[in-house]
Amino acid sequence: MPEQPTPPEQPRPDRPLPSMPPGPHLSGGGRAPEDGAIAATGMGGAMDLATEEGASLQKVPGGPDGTGPQDRPRSLWSDAWRDLRRNPVFIISGLVILFLVVISLWPSLIASGNPLKCDLAKSQEGSQPGHPFGYNGQGCDVYTRTVYGARVSVTVGVCATLGVAILGSVLGGLAGFFGGAWDAVLSRITDIFFAIPVVLGGLVLLSVVTSSTIWPVIGFMVLLGWPQISRIARGSVITTKQNDYVQAARALGASNSRMLLRHITPNAIAPVIVVATIALGTYISLEATLSFLGVGLKPPTVSWGIDISSASQYIRTAPHALLWPAGALAVTVLAFIMLGDAVRDALDPKLR
Amino acid sequence: MGRYVIRRLLQMIPVFIGATLLIFLMVNVMGDPIAGLCGDRQCDPATATQLRKEFGLDKPVWQQYATYMGNVFTGDFGTAFNGQEVTELMSTAFPVTIRLTIVAIVFEVVIGIALGVVTGLRRGRPVDTGVLLITLVVISVPTFVTGLLLQLLLGVKWGWISPSVSSEAPFDELIVPGLVLASVSLAYVTRLTRTSIAENRRADYVRTAIAKGLPRRRVITRHLLRNSLIPVVTFIGTDIGALMGGAIVTERIFNIHGVGFQLYQGILRQNTQTVVGFVTVLVLVFLVANLLVDLLYAVLDPRIRYA
Amino acid sequence: MRGATHARWAVCATAAALAATACGGGGDDSGGGGGDGSGVLSSSWGDPQNPLEPANTNEVQGGKVLDMLFRGLKRYDAKSGEANDMLAEKIETSDSQNFTVTVKSGWTFSNGEAVSAKSFVDAWNYGASLKNNQKNAYFFGYIDGYDKVHPEDGGKQTAQTLSGLKVTGDNTFTIKLNQKFSTFPDTLGYAAFAPLPQAFFDDHAAWLKKPVGNGPYTIDSYAKGSVMKMRKWDKYPGEDKAENGGVDLKVYTDNNTAYTDLMAGNLDLVDDVPAAQLKNAKSDLGDRYINTPAGIIQTLAFPFYDKNWGKDGMEKVRTGLSMAINREQITETIFQKTRTPASDWTSPVLGEAGGFKEGLCGDACEYDPKKAKEMIEDGGGLPGGQVKISYNADTGSHKEWVDAVCNSVNNALDNDKACVGNPVGTFADFRNQITQSKMSGPFRAGWQMDYPLIQNFLQPLYYTNASSNDGKWTSEKFDDLVDKANAETDQAKAVGLFQDAEKVLRDDMGAIPLWYQNGSAGYSDRISNVALNPFSLPVYNEIKVS
Repeated sequence: MPEQPTPPEQPRPDRPLPSMPPGPHLSGGGRAPEDGAIAATGMGGAMDLATEEGASLQKVPGGPDGTGPQDRPRSLWSDAWRDLRRNPVFIISGLVILFLVVISLWPSLIASGNPLKCDLAKSQEGSQPGHPFGYNGQGCDVYTRTVYGARVSVTVGVCATLGVAILGSVLGGLAGFFGGAWDAVLSRITDIFFAIPVVLGGLVLLSVVTSSTIWPVIGFMVLLGWPQISRIARGSVITTKQNDYVQAARALGASNSRMLLRHITPNAIAPVIVVATIALGTYISLEATLSFLGVGLKPPTVSWGIDISSASQYIRTAPHALLWPAGALAVTVLAFIMLGDAVRDALDPKLR
Repeated sequence: MGRYVIRRLLQMIPVFIGATLLIFLMVNVMGDPIAGLCGDRQCDPATATQLRKEFGLDKPVWQQYATYMGNVFTGDFGTAFNGQEVTELMSTAFPVTIRLTIVAIVFEVVIGIALGVVTGLRRGRPVDTGVLLITLVVISVPTFVTGLLLQLLLGVKWGWISPSVSSEAPFDELIVPGLVLASVSLAYVTRLTRTSIAENRRADYVRTAIAKGLPRRRVITRHLLRNSLIPVVTFIGTDIGALMGGAIVTERIFNIHGVGFQLYQGILRQNTQTVVGFVTVLVLVFLVANLLVDLLYAVLDPRIRYA
Repeated sequence: MRGATHARWAVCATAAALAATACGGGGDDSGGGGGDGSGVLSSSWGDPQNPLEPANTNEVQGGKVLDMLFRGLKRYDAKSGEANDMLAEKIETSDSQNFTVTVKSGWTFSNGEAVSAKSFVDAWNYGASLKNNQKNAYFFGYIDGYDKVHPEDGGKQTAQTLSGLKVTGDNTFTIKLNQKFSTFPDTLGYAAFAPLPQAFFDDHAAWLKKPVGNGPYTIDSYAKGSVMKMRKWDKYPGEDKAENGGVDLKVYTDNNTAYTDLMAGNLDLVDDVPAAQLKNAKSDLGDRYINTPAGIIQTLAFPFYDKNWGKDGMEKVRTGLSMAINREQITETIFQKTRTPASDWTSPVLGEAGGFKEGLCGDACEYDPKKAKEMIEDGGGLPGGQVKISYNADTGSHKEWVDAVCNSVNNALDNDKACVGNPVGTFADFRNQITQSKMSGPFRAGWQMDYPLIQNFLQPLYYTNASSNDGKWTSEKFDDLVDKANAETDQAKAVGLFQDAEKVLRDDMGAIPLWYQNGSAGYSDRISNVALNPFSLPVYNEIKVS
């Protein structure tokens, strides 16, 4: 709260420092009354407001999930869900994602061709009847390949992002929350992982795998991707931890897990969502980079990433071959960015 | 604070050893590099053995590592396969890359944060949507294509820049490559700032500041932005390494003989000496960058303190 | 010199910033330009992968420098590829095994040292000696005593010099070979056989920093990793004097960047037009784009050590695969005619007299999807129902054509998974898999000739256990014919025997010939008289700068 003219000297809750040994659950109790008193004058107001709003919202639909007034903390998440269901942004992005899932499962619903059937004679030709998106450098139908590419690309993007986000935010969150030795060890491990160049990692780790499924590729992305989210989550948790409502919760004797789940996570998750949604797009492209290096998905896999990277060369002569798979990638990323935005908004009581 | 920094500096030692060992092993796992040196034909076995002996590849891995580390501490990073000393390679590659990284980070900080603030304050307005669309383009079109098109347009069509960067690579030639390199990160920085700003905009201290009658500009820069920067600073901290070591595509397109290019060549030719040497320096950069980020937390949010 | 370069670039940068003009290639400010032969041109280059010793350079970028810096006993004609005497006054033999070489007098290295018989013998002894780690040492393998200075089996080196080389006078020396090899003198144009000055042996490190040779150019300055400035050597005694003031070899990270720089007017010559730009090259450059045959052939080799591919009857499957590849269409679409469909296992640069025979492969190299399918089914089908074509993903854009070849095979067999590409991460890994006999399907094999002889296209590649016989194909009949051809002193008869051997190779389809590779180059309007020699190197000394 820097707007107050006495920044560091004011009686701040003495948060456990990152370098201190873990144990807010041991020492927190001792400091609690004092912290609570201060907290009430600060962010507590907003908290009250939020919970009030939450309570009043809960009454309106009055559905069966209103299990009782004591169960208020759960209502944050159910509030969020209630909020989301009414948010047009969420509905639209949800529909787009649903559509992607459907064509990933049954691509033949909207594309009758064979993505592997290519006629070099038609190389780089433009749009023509029956082939609205034209042909790529190998003379394959761009439309069919874009539709069929969805399965691999969406799976890689979503699974890698989920894996990275979960692993990264759990480890980073714990490091930020407990600080001390935990933090030191975890942060230094992330440093080591940061040091591995993607090219080297790919050539070493993926070339020994003989499996032709997408899982090694996803696993590789998670392995090299988590440190970044972990750092973001750690930083975010360190800031959130300072907030008065967290101190207040601690003062009230909340357990670590309760504080983490109920108070810190909803407030610290925004940067993670933002980074993860953008990373989704970059993972789909990274898959192509790995294939380009000869260690990613083996041919004849069809994916947007592979098509984008092979069309990149011909950008001067056949830009349409790049346009469509890149467009599909953009729409996917857009849907997830919007979804992330909506979820974040729903989790932010101040926006209600 | 001082003790904290010292402790962090001491922690660098195990990371340093761990990272070099890991990279050393990884390059070794890739197999025998000698076969790649003779072009499309088989090296004759006698020469291959001789070369292996010369590069020390005939010894067990642990011994190679020990010798290498021993040499590193005396400042000898070994030689590349073409007979060039790795320290010489590093002394030409790092200054160029550091300049390129500085340009990229300046772009990230200036443009990224500015766009983030604007879109964060005007959520849902046309400017927000416009920036979102640009973000999508940047994410879905490969750097290779953006770089190539910019190079063709600015370098050949309009002749504003020289399409390739000279070997001295002064700052002014690195502006366009820096922008291309920063483009994807720009998307992250913009979205992160935007979200943070939007979130903190409704915080009580901002309300208080506005209620106190502080000028809008002051509220934004002193109160809102400062509190919103932590995720952004974290991101940029993690990005420095990626920008320095991973600028392979940008460096290739614009003919920059920097770290990314050398590292890539080293990896493809499985030259342990080059790869480990470069990564070692990069690890030090990560460690320092992360330390600086952690210290910045305390500057940005006075509630965070280090002993 | 570096200071000067910097200043020039600073000026360029300012000019660029002012959006004034694109920066010149460097000719105008370093030589005065004009048609008087003093203009300097700039050319694209890549960092050599090995130290610049003649017997240690086995790739084209280092070869470029050596070609300008050295002149050997023989030199291959830039057009016909014929081996003509350069420093050799005469090379005489009576039995195809003992040769007497007379070196022309009056030649010197650019440091003033005379080129004598000793310059050659010392250089060759250095190149052959195991302790010097020269990667082209095997070129001296035909010379008597090679097994002593370079024991193949890993034994100890028991001699320092080749016993087959003897200096008999200031300008004469004799060569004794360990087998009959009638066309041996024609191999002497290869860079590994260049003479070396005493300075090379006296101060090796200094020589490597700034090599000294006897060719039409001298090295003015060499900044590793960025630029090598070669200048005309005014006192060059040969007839092929440089017709320009010099060449600046600029190192590029990517040939596409070099091409863009050419379009922007910052570079005068790109000797390797990137595949992706081939379609634009005509419109970008007009008649300043050249595309001439080079002594390079691309093939698909098979792992004959693998029982699936090596067993009898598989020749039908291999021939079927060959017939399923639409070479015409691929060379036209993917390569924009910078490749020519192959119909034998040599190269058109040899010429009819040299052994190139169009159509020697016959029907087996003609696209015929129907017959291809029959042949493959006849031979028992593809092993495992699928062929995987292996290639290295890190250099060259092999993915493009491998995918195209596979699509062609798939279409012919009407099975969209009959053929897939199998990229291998690094070239070293790819080579390791080959040398350790770990391939399980066909793989990319390319061959760039060392010297324009039919022998060079056949013996190293298909002779039993030859150094580049990657597929381990073996045939007694083939070996016999090659031995006979080598012993044959009559050129025409020797060529006929080699072609007979080639037919043996064809009948067993020991490797599928794909296409002959051309050299392609683009140049700026500042320079003229640009040509590529059969090794796809620009003939630098003939280029005129206006």
